[in-house]
Amino acid sequence: MRELKITPIKNGTVIDHIGNGLSLEVLRIIGVSGLDKDSTVSVALHVRSQKLGWKDIVKVENMELSPRKVNAIALIAPTATISIIRDFKVREKRVVDLPERIVGVVRCPNPSCITNQKEPVESEFDVARRRPVVLRCAYCERLVDDFLLHLA
Amino acid sequence: MGLKGRDVISIRDLSREEIEEVLRGTRRMIPYAEGTKIGQQLAGKLLMLAFLEPSTRTRLSFETAMQRLGGRTASITDPAASSFKKGESLYDTTRMLSAYGDAIVLRHPNEGAGRLAAQASDKPVINAGDGAGQHPSQTLLDLATMQESFGTLTGLRVVLLGDLRYGRTVHSLAHALAVFGAELVLASPATLALPEEVREDLDHLGAKVTVVDQLHQAVREADVLYVTRIQRERFADEAEYAKVAGSYRVDSALLSGAKPRLIVMHPLPRTTEIAPEVDGSPHAAYFRQAFLGVPTRMALLSLILTGKAA
Repeated sequence: MRELKITPIKNGTVIDHIGNGLSLEVLRIIGVSGLDKDSTVSVALHVRSQKLGWKDIVKVENMELSPRKVNAIALIAPTATISIIRDFKVREKRVVDLPERIVGVVRCPNPSCITNQKEPVESEFDVARRRPVVLRCAYCERLVDDFLLHLA
Repeated sequence: MGLKGRDVISIRDLSREEIEEVLRGTRRMIPYAEGTKIGQQLAGKLLMLAFLEPSTRTRLSFETAMQRLGGRTASITDPAASSFKKGESLYDTTRMLSAYGDAIVLRHPNEGAGRLAAQASDKPVINAGDGAGQHPSQTLLDLATMQESFGTLTGLRVVLLGDLRYGRTVHSLAHALAVFGAELVLASPATLALPEEVREDLDHLGAKVTVVDQLHQAVREADVLYVTRIQRERFADEAEYAKVAGSYRVDSALLSGAKPRLIVMHPLPRTTEIAPEVDGSPHAAYFRQAFLGVPTRMALLSLILTGKAA
């Protein structure tokens, strides 16, 4: 067992097995800017992994992820595992699972799509294919595979 | 699941059985569309038409279909003279339309508008074209035209010719034909080829698809030649447009080697893709196709508003 140069957290969330180099996207989804000022966010990039070869890890103190954020992580880091830490112990461990429908995470890249006009509507995508992930806009039916470029 | 009360936003919303139900209804509606039978199937029903982009055939055929079956219509046809001009959202407008009428037909410049309207409305919504997106009643009438000529869609060899990239009708038509097991032959200028994702969709459905650059050979073996308009506005310069547009004109010479039963279809309006000399030939099916828009929409409206089309 290799020791990581990141201190354990008392309460919070550990997102492990993030694909190599994708942790910054994960941070964007978590929205770390909204955390309270006493929380530590640790990011480990390019860590040896038996399962993946190389991986990233994100630890965030004092935060548990909403289902919507878990869905978003599933989209960009399908191999990730999420552990909820309470009082230094792993209380819950989840493998992320891509849902059938993704709401509000990705913007439709089609500028003429009704979701990009001044309408009271959230973006919504169906998962058209899982490996590799391709999304279909539930409104304009545009297929999207470069959704990392279009995170909301 | 029947079609009564349903939204029809994309051809994907309809199962093969439901499409077949519309096609059967279309055949029964032909005498009403011709005026040889008088119908009252939709008496007392009010259809709201919101056409926020120009249209001739689609709007008129929905109006005709409704009125020939004893129903009535009310419409927004000039967005500049409506509250859209004041910045009212489609969502709010649709809420109002759905409160007034029994069903809504919408044409809108933005893709996905039909889906949004369907969410806003508690009455059925028919998408009559959303930007470069879907136009399912066009697909249905295209299928009805082929069905009328050949009695089946399965196994037909259909050449799709022209702007396969931006053409609104051609993607959903290709999807539907693939569902019915027709064979697709794609002929387009390289810059206007079918988008990769549509190709993948067809492969996914197990469709037999070939791409040709020799139109003559393809036409000789075809049952249907489906021609689309090349949109001038897609080209930056006029010379480039002229080169492409000139590259696939359908005329008597092209059709001379065709099967006797080949039909030439076009969603209209045409520009120069089909020479006027073809109009008089037995191959020309595009005016029949435009006519079949009326019974197709009669069947669709009847099924949605009353659950039957007879």
